[in-house]
Amino acid sequence: MNIIVCVSHVPDTTTRINVGADKKSMDPAGVKFILNPYDEFAVEEALRLRDKFKGEVTAISVGADNAKEAIRQALAMGADKGILVKGDKSDSFQVADMLAAAIKPLSPDLILLGKQSIDFDGMEIASMLSELLDLPAATVAVALNIEGNKATVEKEVEGGRETIQLDMPCIVAAQKGLNEPRYPSLPNIMKAKQKPIQEVSGAPGAKRTEIVEMTKPEKKRANKIVKIDGNASQAAHELARMLHEEAKII
Amino acid sequence: MLVDYYDLESLLTEEQHMIRDTVRNFVESEVLPIIEEHNQAMTFPRELVPKIGSLGLLGPTLPEQYGCAGLDNIAYGLIMQELERGDSAVRSFASVQSSLVMYPIFTYGTEEQRMKWLPRLASGGAIGCFGLTEPDFGSNPGGMITNAKKTSNGYILNGAKMWITNGTIADVAVVWAKVDSDSSKSIRGFLVERGMKGFTAPEMKGKYSLRASVTSELVFQDVELPEENMLPGVAGLKGPLSCLTQARYGIAWGAIGAAMACYESSVDYAKSRIQFDKPIGGFQLVQAKLAEMLTEITKAQLLVYRLGTLKNEGKMRPQQVSMAKRNNVDMALQIARIARDVHGANGILGEYPIMRHMMNLESVRTYEGTHDIHTLVLGEDITGIAAYT
Ligand SMILES: Cc1cc2nc3c(=O)[nH]c(=O)nc-3n(C[C@H](O)[C@H](O)[C@H](O)COP(=O)(O)OP(=O)(O)OC[C@H]3O[C@@H](n4cnc5c(N)ncnc54)[C@H](O)[C@@H]3O)c2cc1C
Repeated sequence: MNIIVCVSHVPDTTTRINVGADKKSMDPAGVKFILNPYDEFAVEEALRLRDKFKGEVTAISVGADNAKEAIRQALAMGADKGILVKGDKSDSFQVADMLAAAIKPLSPDLILLGKQSIDFDGMEIASMLSELLDLPAATVAVALNIEGNKATVEKEVEGGRETIQLDMPCIVAAQKGLNEPRYPSLPNIMKAKQKPIQEVSGAPGAKRTEIVEMTKPEKKRANKIVKIDGNASQAAHELARMLHEEAKII
Repeated sequence: MLVDYYDLESLLTEEQHMIRDTVRNFVESEVLPIIEEHNQAMTFPRELVPKIGSLGLLGPTLPEQYGCAGLDNIAYGLIMQELERGDSAVRSFASVQSSLVMYPIFTYGTEEQRMKWLPRLASGGAIGCFGLTEPDFGSNPGGMITNAKKTSNGYILNGAKMWITNGTIADVAVVWAKVDSDSSKSIRGFLVERGMKGFTAPEMKGKYSLRASVTSELVFQDVELPEENMLPGVAGLKGPLSCLTQARYGIAWGAIGAAMACYESSVDYAKSRIQFDKPIGGFQLVQAKLAEMLTEITKAQLLVYRLGTLKNEGKMRPQQVSMAKRNNVDMALQIARIARDVHGANGILGEYPIMRHMMNLESVRTYEGTHDIHTLVLGEDITGIAAYT
């Protein structure tokens, strides 16, 4: 089985983000990057399927030079080779366009990716790839089963789950719960260095969106613990008064 | 959060980064959630062993043909640091297995001994221990009583070892004994296997330190060892001491992990604990403590980074390891004590890692050469005059 996994290089969830001087981008100084957590589920699923059906897993990423780190992480987990498509990734359509152009000639049996990339949080790539490659897609997948050339996907829907069947080749976007991603083992981290990463330049169509401005969320106000004397009813009155007069929210 | 005041991060290779982050993630999600319970119950988290093995954390600097990762020494140090950031007991398990069991089998063993044990020890399928210390011979191991009598087809082993990490759960014990003589020159390493007749390994109870580690006695009563269970590559005290140099190198890194955990917890606590209407981190006395901790950790980091570079270049001297072990463990213990103070009453609770690290580090200060013995090693190196006796 020829499997493609799309991986994204994103700021670590615990890192402190600042907006750059142009107010339209993130200031990368001091930011630690990781493999997008949802992509980890996609990589894990790809590795399990490869081990079951034989074949090859190719990790592909659109981004700057340092996106190779995300590819390397996928290789360290066990993927066989990587492709870095060099290009700007601030517009989802351009990313999907570049991915589609790189994936198409490889004629994969399955394309896996995370349901969203936690940097721009667009949640659009799977659906856009579906359109651009003319392949069926399942998003928010929590279970995947492949038999013959049919993929059965259990996916989250509002308030429940839905099971759908897709013809292969198809696209599946992973949600947390699809599996338990492995840690890359140390021998595999060392071997990842020897695995090939092909570099190509992306040539996407025109942008569909333009970032106008980036701002940080307002600072969280400091929490306050107030001690109120008296019984429950008196305490409730006092609390209501404070919310009304001091915090001015009711 | 990373404690990295002097941007040592930028000196790491991409692999070293990935290895450090992998072990850190592993410790965060697999060790920290369970370690306090094991510590309280005085049980070894054995469920971690296969996971530690499959990650490749055991004997990680040994070559791939034995199922190991072939890492450099800075990567090895980072592994130890991250494990001890979790708990010294988990790091001790890995140190003993890697530096005190796999290292001598690899360095002094025959190819048969290597193939028999290393892959299993690397995967965590087998556990090893290292028996040097005896009830009456700690800092002075050359005086050991345990002895092996040569027979026509092997050896008969008699004696007892004490304070042996992993002892009770070990499948193989690397045991150092004198052969047919009183002289320390006759010391040889033997592979004593679980289940051999006359070999028992009762666990030592009642520890207040390294409670999540197994510490045992090893008792040998006419244990018959075939010739092929002797490590042929080394004789004399140099054998065990060379292993200890490897382990101490890892301990010098490991102690930084424990110190980081105490420091990080202290910073968080100082910023959130309010007294006299402001965070205690806003008082000069508390700031002085935090500044001191960060400075000491940074110095310790520079020490081991340089030591690792020397080791990678094959230029590291055992005395340099003594300096790093001595300094870094003492540093970590002092930081744990200060951190305990910063946390006030909360500092004694298992909810915070402080007291656990502090008690663990009391053992780390003593094992692998006590703090004072390393002082004497340095003293001898400086003056040329030995002051042990
Ligand atoms: C939890 C734990 C795990 C251990 N694991 C192992 C293991 O796996 N394998 C193993 O072989 N051993 C192990 N040890 C043993 C450890 O290495 C010894 O405890 C250590 O070498 C010190 O020996 P001792 O306890 O007999 O102390 P002693 O040697 O009796 O020392 C007592 C005190 O006297 C001081 N002292 C001794 N000689 C001198 C001198 N010449 N000049 C000045 N001061 C001196 C020491 O510094 C110390 O302060 C372990 C110990 C502990 C606590």
